[in-house]
Amino acid sequence: MREEIAIKVEGLSKYFRVPHEKHTSLKSAALNIFQKRKYTVFKALQDINFEIKKGEFFGIIGRNGSGKSTLLKILAGIYLPDKGKIEINGKLSPFLELGVGFNPELTARENVFLGGAILGLTRKEIADKFDAIVEFAELEEFIDMKFKNFSSGMQVRLAFSLAVNAHAEILLMDEVLAVGDSNFQAKCIDKFIEYKKENKTVILVSHDLMSISNYCDRAMLLEKGKVVLIEQPKKVIARYYDLTVKNTDKNSIGKRSNKKAIYIESARIASSKDENKTHYDLFEEIKVSLKYKVLKETTNPVFGISVYNKAGILLFATNTKEKNITIGTIDPGNYKLTFYFNNVFLDGVYTVSSAIADENIVSFYDWKDELVNFKVYTNLANKGIIETESRIEIG
Amino acid sequence: MSIKNKNYKYLGLIKELALTNFKLKYQGSVLGYLWSLVKPLMLFVVLYFVFTRIFRVGGSIEHYPIYLLLGVVLWGFFSELTAVSLGSIVQSGDLIRKVYFPRMVLVISTGVTSLITLLLNLIIVFIFMAFLKVIPSFSSLLFVAILFELFVLTIGVSFFLSALFVKFRDVAHIWEVILAVLFYATPILYPLSLVPNKIALVMLLNPAAQIIQDARYLLVTHQTATAWNSLALQYVWIPYVLPFVIFALGYRYFNKAAAKFAEEV
Repeated sequence: MREEIAIKVEGLSKYFRVPHEKHTSLKSAALNIFQKRKYTVFKALQDINFEIKKGEFFGIIGRNGSGKSTLLKILAGIYLPDKGKIEINGKLSPFLELGVGFNPELTARENVFLGGAILGLTRKEIADKFDAIVEFAELEEFIDMKFKNFSSGMQVRLAFSLAVNAHAEILLMDEVLAVGDSNFQAKCIDKFIEYKKENKTVILVSHDLMSISNYCDRAMLLEKGKVVLIEQPKKVIARYYDLTVKNTDKNSIGKRSNKKAIYIESARIASSKDENKTHYDLFEEIKVSLKYKVLKETTNPVFGISVYNKAGILLFATNTKEKNITIGTIDPGNYKLTFYFNNVFLDGVYTVSSAIADENIVSFYDWKDELVNFKVYTNLANKGIIETESRIEIG
Repeated sequence: MSIKNKNYKYLGLIKELALTNFKLKYQGSVLGYLWSLVKPLMLFVVLYFVFTRIFRVGGSIEHYPIYLLLGVVLWGFFSELTAVSLGSIVQSGDLIRKVYFPRMVLVISTGVTSLITLLLNLIIVFIFMAFLKVIPSFSSLLFVAILFELFVLTIGVSFFLSALFVKFRDVAHIWEVILAVLFYATPILYPLSLVPNKIALVMLLNPAAQIIQDARYLLVTHQTATAWNSLALQYVWIPYVLPFVIFALGYRYFNKAAAKFAEEV
């Protein structure tokens, strides 16, 4: 295997045999011993192929039952695959969830040692990292308290801290980002950035599309145990969105709501001063106007835009929820909404995507990628991505 | 990373789990760890009075109380460990579904916890021995080998039971009955001399009986009938080899079943 590859999966399949009658007692097993066991084969994963490079943040998304967790469990060694080959290059964290094996009756200190041992660390390795683990979790004063007396936030912090300080080269994480308060979350993200610098690999399974699109280099979409797409996160998320829409449509065949309840009809980008500009200057105010159509009465949708550069990196995003704008209930009809932002970007082509989500930004009514684009041309020499006001003082 | 290095890593986990089990056993009690000494002590006092003052089954055997206690302690290890480790995989279902480590660690760590208890119990036995002036001979050192054989046998049986229990929950009830049968089929409470000779010889084919009798021979009295001094040459190897055969088969069965534990547990 090439050195720069962390994980290589080839032709991986996993089947679960779901027996029609499960024999959990010897009697029924004995009575049915001469009968051929009847079972349905559930194909949890079929012919999965992908490669993950070292230092890459790789997201896995998909609907419930699409095989995400099964895949992670196979990578961790918890399940054995039925077919296919997995090559893993580097020390892999063998767990999926935080705090597995922690015992509520033990103190935090004892739990660090127990949990560390379960992750495959020796006592000496844990002792060396102990201070760093406790400090990262911000639990220095409580370290000899019983774990059961910790608040759930403290418990998760300790678990996360142990996991990230266990110094695995490849981390598997199943829905673990949403832990702790915002302060702690920021720390976790710093840790992830540090990982990237250290050429560590993170595989993240999440329903939180925002974190996938913000932190992952690439993402994979799974559907019914098959790979649909491996691409830049925003493309994968767009496809995921298509998939959810298609499937909800299937459930409502015959109804008039065959179309989306609310969707983006068109968009227009312009300078707020000059309507006919083809490119923009630095610090010029840009406006993006959305025309959207409401087909079914909708309550509190959230409208958002995001700006990407040519490399597909998210540069800026905003939405109505962030700005504390509540839309309220809207009746069917045509509407308009305009976003304004100050152009801090230097020369290049930028694309704007837009989406309409539900109140909690969990599911999307509509998601349009590369809806409009804009060019920036300044007279400044190319010296970065953005420009900001700055000054220099001498003396 | 070499395989050796990898397995060495999990010795640490066995130790951590075993100590945790042991710690939690006496959690919240006032006497704490002291219970692990007080409990066998109290049990021994009861046995001592019942079997030397009331029933007097010991007959001509010298140091019968010690002879009896030693048997009870060794049997206690076997019955407790098999009963506890039977559920060790199923009880750790959550762990098994979420993290990878060799599943065997769970059974072995349960075994180490029981071994700690056994050693503490043996300390009490040794104290009684000193008290009753039973002086062991130099050959008593072989007792360590007997303990090893007992550990191998018990872990071997535990491998089978814990793996089978994942598939068939009936095993718990069946094993309870088998343990009761084995308890009476093994000369623990009664001396082997009370049993008709032919039956006694068959009973000695049982490794548990052989282990207990050998331990008594080495530590308490040479009057003990053991497998090697009673059985004919063509049979005598059976009880000594059987524990290792059970261990090897149990190990193989467990490893084969372990691949599917995460799905079945």
